Amino acid sequence: MEAHEEKPIIYTMENKPIVTCAGDQSLFTSLYTSLAQQLPRESMEWRRSYGRAPKMIHLEANFVQFKEELLPKDGNRALLTFPFLHIYWTDCCDTEMYKASVKDDMLRWQSTLRLHGSVDWLIVVVESEAKKKNKTNILPRTSIVDKIRNDFCNKQSDRCVVLSDPLKESSRSQDSWSAFLTKLRTLLLMSFTKNLGRFEDDMRTLREKRTEPGWSFCDYFMVQEELAFVFEMLQQFEDALVQYDELDALFTQYVLNFGAGDGANWLGSFCAPVKRWSGLLLRRPIDMEKRELIQRGEASLLDLRSYLFSRQCTLLIFLQRPWEVTQRALELLHNCVQELRLLEVYVVQGALDCWVFLSCLEVLHRIEGCCDRAQLEANCSHTVGLWTYATEKLKSLGYLCGLVAEKVPTSEDLNRTVDLLAGLGEERPETVNSLQSPYKKLNEALSSVEAFEKHYLELSHAAMEMYRAIGRMRSARLIGKSLAEFYMKKGDPERAEGFLDDSLRSYVAEGWSLQVTHTRKQMAECQKLLQQTEDYLQTSALLAGDANLTEEERKHFCQEILTFASQPPAPSDQTVALSMAAFAQLRQMQFSPPGAVVHVGAALQLELRVRCLMPVAMQVEQLAATLHFSLEQGGARGRAGSAQRRTGQGPQGQGDGVVLFPQGSPLAGAGMGALLPPALELYEMQDRSPSDSSLTSTGVVCKNMHLLLRRHDSSASLDTPTAGALPAAVAVDDGAQMLRARDITLQPGDNSILFTAPTGEPGSYTLRQLCGSVGRVQFVQSHIYPVVQYEVYSQEPQLTIEPLSDNLLAGIPQKVKFTIATGHYSVKKGDALQLSNTDSMPILHSSCCSATVLSSTGERMGESALSIQSSEKVTSISLPPTPPYHTLEFQLEVLCHIPPTPFKPDIERLTNGEVRHRPKSHSHADSGMINIDQKVSIDCPWSIYSTLIALTFYVPFKAKHSILSAGKRKYIQVCLQNVSDTNFHLADPVLTERQPTVSMELLSLNVKKQQPVCSQQSVFCLWEMRWAKPLPLCLQCAFSASFAPVSASDTHTAFKPYRYEFQLDRVSTLYSLKAEILPPSGDQHCRTGALCGLEVSITRQAEPSETEGEEEESTEIEGLRTTKLMYEVVDNSSNWAVCGKSSGVVSMPVAASATHRVQMEVMPLFAGHLPFPNIKVFKYLPHNAVPAIQPDTDSCLENDTISLLDKGLDDQGDTASIRSRGSVHSVGSGEQQRGLPMPRLEPFSPGQVFYWSQGRQVLVLPVTDDHVMEVNVT
Amino acid sequence: MAVCIAVIAKENYPLFIRSVPVQNELKFHYTVHTSLDVVEEKISAVGKAMADQRELYLGLLYPTEDYKVYGYVTNSKVKFVIVVDSSNTSLRDNEIRSMFRKLHNSFTDVMCNPFYNPGDTIQSKAFDSIVSAMMVQAS
Repeated sequence: MEAHEEKPIIYTMENKPIVTCAGDQSLFTSLYTSLAQQLPRESMEWRRSYGRAPKMIHLEANFVQFKEELLPKDGNRALLTFPFLHIYWTDCCDTEMYKASVKDDMLRWQSTLRLHGSVDWLIVVVESEAKKKNKTNILPRTSIVDKIRNDFCNKQSDRCVVLSDPLKESSRSQDSWSAFLTKLRTLLLMSFTKNLGRFEDDMRTLREKRTEPGWSFCDYFMVQEELAFVFEMLQQFEDALVQYDELDALFTQYVLNFGAGDGANWLGSFCAPVKRWSGLLLRRPIDMEKRELIQRGEASLLDLRSYLFSRQCTLLIFLQRPWEVTQRALELLHNCVQELRLLEVYVVQGALDCWVFLSCLEVLHRIEGCCDRAQLEANCSHTVGLWTYATEKLKSLGYLCGLVAEKVPTSEDLNRTVDLLAGLGEERPETVNSLQSPYKKLNEALSSVEAFEKHYLELSHAAMEMYRAIGRMRSARLIGKSLAEFYMKKGDPERAEGFLDDSLRSYVAEGWSLQVTHTRKQMAECQKLLQQTEDYLQTSALLAGDANLTEEERKHFCQEILTFASQPPAPSDQTVALSMAAFAQLRQMQFSPPGAVVHVGAALQLELRVRCLMPVAMQVEQLAATLHFSLEQGGARGRAGSAQRRTGQGPQGQGDGVVLFPQGSPLAGAGMGALLPPALELYEMQDRSPSDSSLTSTGVVCKNMHLLLRRHDSSASLDTPTAGALPAAVAVDDGAQMLRARDITLQPGDNSILFTAPTGEPGSYTLRQLCGSVGRVQFVQSHIYPVVQYEVYSQEPQLTIEPLSDNLLAGIPQKVKFTIATGHYSVKKGDALQLSNTDSMPILHSSCCSATVLSSTGERMGESALSIQSSEKVTSISLPPTPPYHTLEFQLEVLCHIPPTPFKPDIERLTNGEVRHRPKSHSHADSGMINIDQKVSIDCPWSIYSTLIALTFYVPFKAKHSILSAGKRKYIQVCLQNVSDTNFHLADPVLTERQPTVSMELLSLNVKKQQPVCSQQSVFCLWEMRWAKPLPLCLQCAFSASFAPVSASDTHTAFKPYRYEFQLDRVSTLYSLKAEILPPSGDQHCRTGALCGLEVSITRQAEPSETEGEEEESTEIEGLRTTKLMYEVVDNSSNWAVCGKSSGVVSMPVAASATHRVQMEVMPLFAGHLPFPNIKVFKYLPHNAVPAIQPDTDSCLENDTISLLDKGLDDQGDTASIRSRGSVHSVGSGEQQRGLPMPRLEPFSPGQVFYWSQGRQVLVLPVTDDHVMEVNVT
Repeated sequence: MAVCIAVIAKENYPLFIRSVPVQNELKFHYTVHTSLDVVEEKISAVGKAMADQRELYLGLLYPTEDYKVYGYVTNSKVKFVIVVDSSNTSLRDNEIRSMFRKLHNSFTDVMCNPFYNPGDTIQSKAFDSIVSAMMVQAS
């Protein structure tokens, strides 16, 4: 309650706009509490000038008693003490009293206000029922208010408000309160708008004058800050911040302009040497000390910046934006350092470091003060920058003051420290009692080496932890690295090692070569101190080959290795194994011979090209590659196909025995290789069908697809750096077999080393490990990739025989090629092949037969004659001496006799004459060629077992025979078809009887003695049979001819016989059949639709011979032997309709010239020359006879029932029965045959019946009338 | 003008890095390498928001007392880093952006060269001259 009476305390955050109170003080005092409570309860919209967005604000006020001194004088622009509203309070309800005193008082108040130009006033009239009741001569209450309005508020009637019964709890009282408060707020805002607007205008005018000579930034600063204060007072922190930001920007611009040469006078004060570097002070809302310095124009740049930032910080924290504070703080600190540099302000060395360090910590403390731990941890990313900056600065201070050394600081260092501490001044009262104040920390850190170490480590670890927490691993490692440097300086390599290792791994993993080199150098130093000999040598090796270093440095590290290598080994020491990668790079390997597949004992050389990375020539005592030997692929496996595939093992396989090693960048080393995707490893793929090994598909397969298609996560590589910094421990494995080269000198750059590969045992050899020995040091490459391997094989001797042409033809001499792959066997003099002779396939040998010897690579080695000796059973071929793994080739002629009979194709003959049946048909599907499998049994000198080799011969011809008749005369025709692809001459076709009978004679009708038979063509030969005695039932004939290929040179000897044997049965003609068509009586010609007579006469031609007679079914009736015949007239071409009987059975007497005539009626259906209908004759066998041949014409048995085929005369039902006849009856007859014995039909053999009227035609005329008859026979 | 320009592969190894003055090369390498932390942070933050139409320019990665480090990332995750001297206040955001654009265009040309093997360090003369034009001339 006392507050309003005292002079308001400004410059605290409790500032409120000032409202003066005049009139009845006791009345106001009674209302003050409720007024102060209720005013901020509701917000008001504040509409503002210059298009600024309207804001809702809660108003508060500081009510003070009206005094004239409070009113601002002219020129005083202080806004904080500016009274925004003047209120006159009265509870006068008495006219007399009003006139007597109150009015005068009001007038005086008004005139004072008017004198100072203040128009923001309000008169409050408080009414109370209690007071009214006491006075009797009370005028209606309105009259006083009216009077006041009348007297003071001309045209501004709202400047006077009535407050009724303010201390009572009534609705009327509440209404009047709310009306009053609204009025109060509105007027306050109006006043703000008006006064602030005027202030801003003044301020702008002042700013425009900044180019004038006398202008001072500090003065202007004070003015604009006033505005900021007011906004702050009105809780408009955003607007307040804007004012400071504008000042900040203005100042920055001036500094920049100064840097550009456009200096302002007032800046001179800021260029004074910095004497105090006490850091930011953020604990007070307003740092009055600094403000006064600015006001007096004595502030240094750091003072101004510090003050400005402290105000911005305060406002940002009010705005709950602490993270912006940290961000701005970092900018500010960087900026100040830059500005001081720009303005060329003298600063004691290290002073800025102190200022930055203190400021960083101060900001962090301030932030910690307003946030809880969880919030802080979640926003590490905002604070970590400050932590790092502080760490850096402390570190540089430490180095400056000699605190980072093994020895104690010098007196010079101590002096410097004292100077720096002096610039900090006294500790500020706010933090005197705090144990962890930035001031105390700095003081302590600079006081001793131990304390410095403690603080530095604390800060470093804090910053590192934060970086780790937010995943900035690289930043964390960088701090770690600087920690390592610190430890190295302190002579503590143990602790440095871990940090260096961690950093190195990450640089190697990410392939940053410069960092790798730098860190590795530090690492080498560290390892040397730690006496980690092996690691140090490894690092030295890497550094010696590092192109980023100078020649001298590289030589130094190389010398380190050589020095160690040449030391006599201590008994306890083993040799030191280092990674080959640092020492040399494999470039390529080349096999000679390029196939890398050799037989046992052959010479195989391997040329290795390595790039030595050392700066000087290295004397290597031994370079050895261990071999892994496996049996799985060697041994019995043949050579075929393996040679080409083996060589191209690597992705860059050239196919000429060269294996190229993929080259990572020599600078980046292993890291690069790990990050780059591996090269495609492509292989040719061929898919052959298993049956005939024809190519069904071919393509390219990628073998390392699993590596290529794996997802590469770029960020993942950071968290798990590959173990590339120091190669994993290398172990020398001691393989049994080795490639070895001794005492070689590796020059810097490319070197070529020749190895001789061991080929003692068959198998597959894979290069596993490469090891170079230099004194006590061994350089080991544990894996050679891509895989380099070679193969040594041992082969069994092998004999193959294959035809020279596509098909071997039987009957004529054919050449076959013998190939002997000697394998491991050496053919000695006297070794011979023993071929078992067979009759069906003699071996034709001539004296001039020579064999060719080829080397394993296909080179022709020589030629030597073969001596071939034949005995009765074997043919012996003496082989020329041939070394192992060579090929012996020679050719022989063989002849396969054609078997004479039309043999069954499935007969196979073995060489021993044995015939066995094989289920498989051998006739060539496409050409119809018959083949003969001929097996040759050969005894080879290298084996006790005989080798069986099958050769397939094809018979070039196919023969067919047929018998032709003309009445009683008989002819034999033989058709010979050439089914091979070769053209032949055919000579001397002869047909003979195999069991010659004197009675028969075969008369050749062939004119030519010799004629060509082209491929796939046929030749026909014809003979007439003449005989005297009745012919036997069965005739055995043999056709023979000579043939020779057209191409054969010596035709005379080349002719080879061909023989075809066949058998003829029932040759002689028994019956002749004669048909006659007679036109209707009285007509000269047959006419369509008219019935004609068909007369068939069957004549017995010959007496049955004895043999035939037995066969013929004859019956004796009354001494007359008869046979039964069935005839049938069939017209398949629908030219004729057979009317009446079409078939029947006749009994023929068994006597020559016996004739039987049958009359039938037929009707021609068409006009023209019609061929005669077919007439067929069958043997009719009674039911008891044993069927010789299964009749297939059983449907004809009941032909009698259907006599009429004429469509025109028949009805529908009958045609249907005709149509279905065949099927119905065939089924029915099948049943009958099973049940009852039925008579059967048997056809005659081809020559037995001669048809006279075969092919005869008869002229049929069309009917004379126009009657058209259409007959459809379906 | 820049004091250091770096092109960094998707896998974070340098494809190209040039700096003036030369004696500070190592320091710039460290600076650029460390800036990858922030680049990755920004990429992952942006990646969550809008994957398709994101801004390639990452802005100021972090300031140090002496330098400002700006970042840019192509759609194929190749990073460009430009380091500018802090005292060089004449460079605005727009200028930095146009430098990055120029760099990106030149980089695209390098990638279009059929003789350039993606992933190898850049040795193109054209690219080198573009970079040189953007660098502070060593005095």
